[in-house]
Amino acid sequence: MDFTLDKKHEMARSLFRDFAQNEVKPLAQEVDEEERFPIETVQKMAKYGFMGIPIPREYGGQGCDPLTYVMCVEELAKVCGTTAVIVSSHTSLCMDPILTFGTEEQKQKYLPDLASGKKLGAFGLTEPGAGTDAQGQQTKAVLDGDEWVLNGSKCFITNGKYADVYIIIAVTGTVEKHGRKMKEISAFIVEKGTPGFTFGTKEKKMGIRGSATYELIFTDCRIPKENLLGQRGKGFNIAMHTLDGGRIGIASQALGLAEGALDLTIDYVKERKQFGRSIAQFQNTQFQIADLKTRCDAAQMLVYRAAKAKETQKRYSVEAAEAKLFAAEAASAVTSKCVQLHGGYGYIRDYDVERMMRDAKITEIYEGTSEVMRMVISGSLLK
Amino acid sequence: MKIVVCIKQVPDTKGGVAFNPDGTLNRAAMLAIMNPDDKAGLEAALRLKDQYGAEVTVLTMGLPKATDVLQEALAMGADKAILVTDRVLGGADTWATSTTIAGAIRNLDYDLIITGRQAIDGDTAQVGPQIAEHLGLPVISYTQDIKVDGDYLHVQRQFEDRYHVLKVKMPCLLTALSELNEPRYMTPKGIWDAVDADITVWGRKDLKDVDDCNLGLAGSPTKIAKASDKVRKGAGEIVKDLDADGAARAITDKLLEKHII
Repeated sequence: MDFTLDKKHEMARSLFRDFAQNEVKPLAQEVDEEERFPIETVQKMAKYGFMGIPIPREYGGQGCDPLTYVMCVEELAKVCGTTAVIVSSHTSLCMDPILTFGTEEQKQKYLPDLASGKKLGAFGLTEPGAGTDAQGQQTKAVLDGDEWVLNGSKCFITNGKYADVYIIIAVTGTVEKHGRKMKEISAFIVEKGTPGFTFGTKEKKMGIRGSATYELIFTDCRIPKENLLGQRGKGFNIAMHTLDGGRIGIASQALGLAEGALDLTIDYVKERKQFGRSIAQFQNTQFQIADLKTRCDAAQMLVYRAAKAKETQKRYSVEAAEAKLFAAEAASAVTSKCVQLHGGYGYIRDYDVERMMRDAKITEIYEGTSEVMRMVISGSLLK
Repeated sequence: MKIVVCIKQVPDTKGGVAFNPDGTLNRAAMLAIMNPDDKAGLEAALRLKDQYGAEVTVLTMGLPKATDVLQEALAMGADKAILVTDRVLGGADTWATSTTIAGAIRNLDYDLIITGRQAIDGDTAQVGPQIAEHLGLPVISYTQDIKVDGDYLHVQRQFEDRYHVLKVKMPCLLTALSELNEPRYMTPKGIWDAVDADITVWGRKDLKDVDDCNLGLAGSPTKIAKASDKVRKGAGEIVKDLDADGAARAITDKLLEKHII
């Protein structure tokens, strides 16, 4: 077992780090403060291929592995949680299901523009009444001739309004399973601008405030029959598989937030003086820094293992769940401790750790709560 | 159009300079980067490639570790990379270095050679113009803008308070300033290809028309007596809104005050 990065990944990390430091960090505070979607950063990331890292080259992607993509999200999150989740949602939740479940025509039609960043992607599963209970879908799609007619709404959709291509999960009928009537759930590709597809409320959030979180509304929205993604009735599996990948992205975001906050805190405790010495000279600080670093490294190993599992295994739900569970809880705990080590300054919005602590909380909630992660992990053991 | 860009791997002096006890640079203690002026030269070549179509070859002389900057250049968009490395070339000053690089370039077809103005480790600004001398080429240093016009280039040369517009026939050599442009980033795809790419490695035997007496430490007329970190300059004092007499008086007053005159 080799824990060192090879040359490709080392160089990729230095690229992502330079880009994050030079292009993303200077905007992070403003994007948060003004709740502004950083469209100029998305355009720059598109120029350098960051919007299609794990997509094969025949579909206009960079042709790199999941670990390279994970490191990109990690480095972005070290300086800006918002920018990291834009890339993660676009890549894992929109392009990945098209790549995995799409027909050749769908891949040819959508992936080149998405992977080049010309278009942005999003994913709509959550509804007001269907969060962790994803089976509780109310949005319906009815086949009418050559078109599906969508009615209903989705909420908390990342990249909402700014995205051009949406993966939408909807109920397409009922099926009998083990003598019980169950919803038949299917997945669709819906383009922005389709009549009947509008945007509702923009959510005001605690963290990742530059990320656009919108309600999607479908009112007799007619999409071509061929925009069904995967087989009819397989939408729940597609959604769960997509979220397995998405969780690796969010785990990377959480990891980056923790590492970024720790880096800032290490600099701060060396400079901050109390009682005539830097607070780094106090054993309490030293022990806390040691604990935080150990937690970050443990999270990184789980996240990188999950990325490797996505590359080499057919199923990687458990690896992804463990990575997200641990990294998200580490992100919350580490950023909170980093605020504590900053003292009063850590509570002031001029200091980045304040934003990072707010950004970290969502990683324990979206794309499957920590409780769902525990269900996935224990479910695989207690069969 | 064929462009050769000469690049150098240098210690990153941004975070300070580390010395060995004997006064030489402790390169191992410092991060190695592509020299900033060279990177601007590479970016200028890549822009010419984007605009007019060109084949860009990057060339460096150094230890095998200098492969890192060649791979970085490939990941930014260069087409070919050549490493000139040999024990007998070690310890070279600007004369021996330019002789070596010219000997390597004699093997290549080129219309344009771009070097950085100077490297942040030696700051001599000599190697570029010396290469041009060895190869018998016109040289324009301190380039801040390049336009292609058939077999000619229109080049802006930075000067203290103005710039010169020069027309030069190719083949020629330009030295680039880091202010010339904002170098692009690598791309993930570029990195993956760069690491897999073949890098041409040349040694002493591959150098054309060079004498051993001009190579390596033995062929270097420069002998370094001592190296030390530069003394940081103060912020200085700016005196504004004075006429010529007033300005002259301000300067003489200052010199008198410091007992210089």
